[in-house]
Amino acid sequence: MGQYYTAYATVAALVAAGIALVAVAFALNRLIRPDRAYGGKLTTYECGLDPVGQGWSQTHIRYYLFAFMFVVFDVETLFIFPWAVHLGDAGPASGFILGVMLVFLFFVTLTLPYEWRKGVLKWV
Amino acid sequence: MESVLALDNVWLALLLKVVLLLGFFLTAPLVVGYIEHKGLAHMQSRLGPMEAGRFHGIGQLPADGVKFLQKEDIIPAAADRWVFSLAPGVALVPALVVLAVVPLGPGLWAEDLDAGIFFALAVSSVGVLGVLMAAWASANKYSLMGGIRAAAQLIAYELPLVLGAAGVVLQAQTLSLVGIVEAQHSFTLLGAVPVPYAVPQAVGLALFFVAALAELSRPPFDMPIADSEIIFGHMTEYTGLRYAFFMLAEYAGMVVLSALATVLFLGGWYVWPGVPLPAGPLGVLLGFGVSFGKIVTLTFVMIWFRATFPRLREDQLQRMSWLFLIPLALLNIVGVAVAKVYG
Repeated sequence: MGQYYTAYATVAALVAAGIALVAVAFALNRLIRPDRAYGGKLTTYECGLDPVGQGWSQTHIRYYLFAFMFVVFDVETLFIFPWAVHLGDAGPASGFILGVMLVFLFFVTLTLPYEWRKGVLKWV
Repeated sequence: MESVLALDNVWLALLLKVVLLLGFFLTAPLVVGYIEHKGLAHMQSRLGPMEAGRFHGIGQLPADGVKFLQKEDIIPAAADRWVFSLAPGVALVPALVVLAVVPLGPGLWAEDLDAGIFFALAVSSVGVLGVLMAAWASANKYSLMGGIRAAAQLIAYELPLVLGAAGVVLQAQTLSLVGIVEAQHSFTLLGAVPVPYAVPQAVGLALFFVAALAELSRPPFDMPIADSEIIFGHMTEYTGLRYAFFMLAEYAGMVVLSALATVLFLGGWYVWPGVPLPAGPLGVLLGFGVSFGKIVTLTFVMIWFRATFPRLREDQLQRMSWLFLIPLALLNIVGVAVAKVYG
């Protein structure tokens, strides 16, 4: 096996070990825990009152706009990492590479004042 | 540098790595949990657990573990059974997988991946899926609200976390966590004073630490489980071992993110950059002690924050990230980059 595959084999083994840990713990749990579920225990918790309507109720999720912003910025951070690793060893070209990234960051950051003007970040 | 666990027999090495990491994963959170019990108690002028295990309640957490194991596992009738049952596992396993790349001493790491820090940040954010699964599958209004808050918080604070780490990558010119520790070891401020990256990257450290608290939903960023409003967020309907797994995931997350902060900003397993460790097994043990000491210190600061700061309101929390932390993180990147090119 090559170095690359051995490294990720450890990762895969850890995932398997994690799943095994959870499975063994619950198997053990099943052996020694009581199991006497009935009516009242199984109702949805709503501070002791009978639950009203459905748990999957419709709500206004104000946060969905944040999710859009997140996608914009998260893609940007993906670009930053390879750039960050190689900026230091770019020699005479590094000034240019820095400038290009500054232009990119400027345009991405324009998102924030735009969202601010739109009032996305304020709702109280 | 090679891992001390790089043996000729690949399968034996693999087994050793998995066993040691599982051992660390199951014991380190107990240490943090004990510090939280006692530290928080003393910060609030009370004693905390005193009985179990004779010495100052030291056996309280194992006792709690055994208790959780015997508790009835209640799945509400309205819940989505499968998703509800799997959620704690999904929250827990990523914290274990991140440990694969975290170096805890000289040669004391499972794998030194080229994409180290990137892998660690990517995998550690998978845990939120468990939170979302729990929130949705519980079919409980409090859980659902908590889950939506958790999702919004995690996407808002993921960026300062990643951008804070990107500053270190710029300076160290590598993504490998071992490489970052070594680069830090030979770093000198102004070419003369050896200091850990915490000094030149002070802003990055602050961003990373605050964002880590928010990622873990630790106070003052515990809006997703705000007990005075939404009972216990995504964990409202959980009992017994499944609930215990969520708690374990939280403490393991504290250990993992503190370990990453130690590696990125505090010089990893070296006492101080430029000061070498003795060679051989003694150096490995000492290095592990130093890095574990730094990890525990950082988790103590997290607990200290819990006793010190009141909870942020949801909109304040979002504004703090989008209007303050993220612009600051971008400025930090630009500053570090300019210093790298012209400094």
